[in-house]
Amino acid sequence: MKTIQKIGLVIFVFGLLLFTLLPFFGTYQLEKETVEGNVKETHTEKMVEVLSPIFGKTYSSNFAFISDFKSYFNTYNDGLKANQEWDKVIWDDYAFALTKASSAGPVSENPFLFLGITVLIGVFGALLYILPLYRGQTEGIKNDGIFFSSMKSKGLLGMITGAWLILFYIVLYWFPEYITNLVLMVDPISVALSGNPASQWFLYGFIYTLAIIVMGIRMFRKYRGNAYQTIRTTSVMFFQLAFAFLLPEILVLMNMPWHDFKNIWPLDYSFFYEYRIDGMISSGALGMFMLIWGIILIVVGVPLFTYFYGKRWYCSWVCGCGGLAETLGDPYRQLSDKTVKAWKIERYLIHGVLGFAVVSTALTIINYFTGFAILGHATDQLHSIYGFAIGSAFAGVIGTGFYPLMGNRVWCRFGCPLAAYLGLVQRFKSRFRITTNGGQCISCGNCSTYCEMGIDVRWYAQRGQNIVRSSCVGCGVCSAVCPRGVLKLENGDEDGRINEMPIIIGNKSITVKA
Amino acid sequence: MSKANRNIVIIGNGISGVTCARHIRKKDEFAQITIISGETDHFFSRTALMYIYMGHMKYEHTKPYEDWFWDKNRINLKRAWVEKINFEEKALIFSNKESMTYDVLVLATGSKPNKFGWPGQDLEGVQGMYSYQDLELMESNTKDISKAVIVGGGLIGIEMAEMLNSRKIPVTFLVREKNFWDNILPLEESKMINRHILEHHIDLRLETELGEIIGDASGKVKAITTKTGEKIDCQFVGLTVGVSPNIEFLRTKPLESSENNKTIQTNRGIIVDRFFKTNIPDVYAIGDCAEFQEAPASDRKNIEQVWYTGRMHGETLAFNLTSDKLVPYQPGVWFNSAKFFDIEYQTYGFVPPVWSEEYESLYWEDDGGKIAIRFLYGKSNMKIKGVNAFGWRLRHDYFDKAISDGWMLEKVLTHLNKASFNPEFFKSHHKAVLDHYNKQNGKSLKIQKMSFIQKLIGSRA
Repeated sequence: MKTIQKIGLVIFVFGLLLFTLLPFFGTYQLEKETVEGNVKETHTEKMVEVLSPIFGKTYSSNFAFISDFKSYFNTYNDGLKANQEWDKVIWDDYAFALTKASSAGPVSENPFLFLGITVLIGVFGALLYILPLYRGQTEGIKNDGIFFSSMKSKGLLGMITGAWLILFYIVLYWFPEYITNLVLMVDPISVALSGNPASQWFLYGFIYTLAIIVMGIRMFRKYRGNAYQTIRTTSVMFFQLAFAFLLPEILVLMNMPWHDFKNIWPLDYSFFYEYRIDGMISSGALGMFMLIWGIILIVVGVPLFTYFYGKRWYCSWVCGCGGLAETLGDPYRQLSDKTVKAWKIERYLIHGVLGFAVVSTALTIINYFTGFAILGHATDQLHSIYGFAIGSAFAGVIGTGFYPLMGNRVWCRFGCPLAAYLGLVQRFKSRFRITTNGGQCISCGNCSTYCEMGIDVRWYAQRGQNIVRSSCVGCGVCSAVCPRGVLKLENGDEDGRINEMPIIIGNKSITVKA
Repeated sequence: MSKANRNIVIIGNGISGVTCARHIRKKDEFAQITIISGETDHFFSRTALMYIYMGHMKYEHTKPYEDWFWDKNRINLKRAWVEKINFEEKALIFSNKESMTYDVLVLATGSKPNKFGWPGQDLEGVQGMYSYQDLELMESNTKDISKAVIVGGGLIGIEMAEMLNSRKIPVTFLVREKNFWDNILPLEESKMINRHILEHHIDLRLETELGEIIGDASGKVKAITTKTGEKIDCQFVGLTVGVSPNIEFLRTKPLESSENNKTIQTNRGIIVDRFFKTNIPDVYAIGDCAEFQEAPASDRKNIEQVWYTGRMHGETLAFNLTSDKLVPYQPGVWFNSAKFFDIEYQTYGFVPPVWSEEYESLYWEDDGGKIAIRFLYGKSNMKIKGVNAFGWRLRHDYFDKAISDGWMLEKVLTHLNKASFNPEFFKSHHKAVLDHYNKQNGKSLKIQKMSFIQKLIGSRA
């Protein structure tokens, strides 16, 4: 490793460490005005009354502050619940907003400084490490030493990284009040983009986009000379930056609902939720466009594009989850489980999630048109179960947190309902396949090893069979790592696409079927 | 012999033996099938051993079938080294003196690296590269070393160079020939690979032969000398001067006590006919260890030591062992592939390193010097005989058909876009090749253009 790369690594780790420690800095002090400015009008009087004991009190850590806040707040609510005064209970969660507003630490005073010494310096360090990668080497696949690497083959570094990611997601989804310092750093950026202060989701989107861009640059280095990988990576970088990050914030600036035009139901599982539909309908022509565009994507876009190009058009070219998996997750692609058993579990899980999403959405739509007369409560219940179990736990904590443990496509492979839908089209009505080049396979196993979706590509290739699998996201890496030029992703006639009992070319003695 | 419940024993769990076993099972659900190997418990891809050393894969990844596959298909696996075979009693004797009988025996014992009696060839740190054990040995032999020498400019040699290069161990590569692998590759192709080897900072020494290997007091290699007397210090010597059939156990250990014990006929390999029959009934040989009495075709060798031929031997013998009508081994159009560091190589049909006057060749090389294609065709009839491609993936089925149907060179050239197997968005070269041909011959042939819609919806040429 070159000296400059070592320096880059040190800087990156320094930034990451500071990022991790930052939530523990600063003091917190709640004032009456803070409460008045951050809670709904209907709650103001009560909240001021409930929280008055801690007004003016200075806390030296967010733990102490949140603990006191929760104790007063919960005592109040618990009392009401005990008396069954359900309508008086305050269901809104103000912990994040009030903690953020009470922060009196150095971060709120100097957000750019702290953004600089955590995230930006981390990006700088990462680039110092990435840009010189493979410099002076010839173009070609760069997989040397992957299975000797602690980070990339479930060694200690991989475990630590996985644990960090899992913890980060748990805090982000369920305890955001503890990372208000991190959110404060990006406040000015959020205000500049959308006019609103940042939420934890803005922070997440910001870091997510940076991760895709920085690790996308790594992809350019690693797959130098492979046009398919380069173009595909550029595409996911563009869609993340423009469609998932910038455009939605600009929409908010224009008083429109936050909307990601490339996100498709059922991955975008809340698309048909009441608040989203109402938000779109009440936002004029652009809002109506959002609604119609979203439905067109589901009904026409998915089947049409998948027919012509396979599900890759979305999963490895457009999707945000796919974008992160293909960039940040690329170093971990070899960790996916290739066993037939894993494939079985995959089919149950992913189609189960699709079923869940469809049922829950169908109920939502029925309810919407019947004015929530029937099953209104059940729908809410379903939404919260789905949001918790699938939207947060599966897609986030497991989906990304397990990159270093189970490979970079855990969510896409086992959980994503849109991937399941795209996969059904790809399997049964599509022109896409991975063609096996006659009898050239030597069963080496590079293709299967580097398949992030855990497809045992070799099993097909060595029997001369084309690979037509619903889960294939068309990343093209099997083809890239093949040492004998056996695999090619292509779109073509449906005739001969699925060759169940292929004849391996080259032996004229007999016509061997697989 | 009744076919039902036959006890078929296969020695060797490489591609030939395993393919044979699988195909027997597909057509015969009653036969008892046993595969014996002393090398590993399960079938792995020999061609992938280098990737384990390079850290691209672990051993587990090189196994083409999961471990439950063998039970499910009722293929017994036995881990043992066969020491002797008593053909009369139809019995195998293992190195631990256990024995096993068979009704049908298939010898698929593969190869072993050649050693040509160099002084010092048995020193510690000197080895070939063929088996899983060789890989383990190489792992320990190359630990903490600072210099390696490879002797022999063939496929295993260049792979070994790539392996050592991945661990940043400096390599001196001794090649006896004028250019790398020039007993197989035509001059331009050989030179291209020479350049590529040098580009990877390998110290390539052409026309250099090994003199002797010098050991230190503890019996470890410390240097080599070339035939011209140059001394090169090194702690590892890779001997990659080809392989030969692994049949020593058949030759050197006949049952001394039994005078009338039949012996199997061998030359360099086990002599077989076109049906893989040896001179002993119910004993067959396939893969690297088999030597055909007569070469299977004019452009084929008597011993075929390639992954693909091993597979085809297995397929064909399995067919013959499970059908009433026997078919002779009849390979189709030759094909092979390899990868020289970053340059992939594919060949189809007949392209010898030098050719007689009845043939002509068309060679095109990209300006970057890493992509090339050569067509060999009949001078008088213009029919294509074979193709070599470097850095350019070609469709097997296209050239299998073009060569066996005897397409004219110009037909091949004007449809070359359909022959490319490169990934999407890669720069295409079919036009450049055709332009090259047109220029050389004063012609103006054209490739049919694809419409915009065709380009938009179909990446298949």
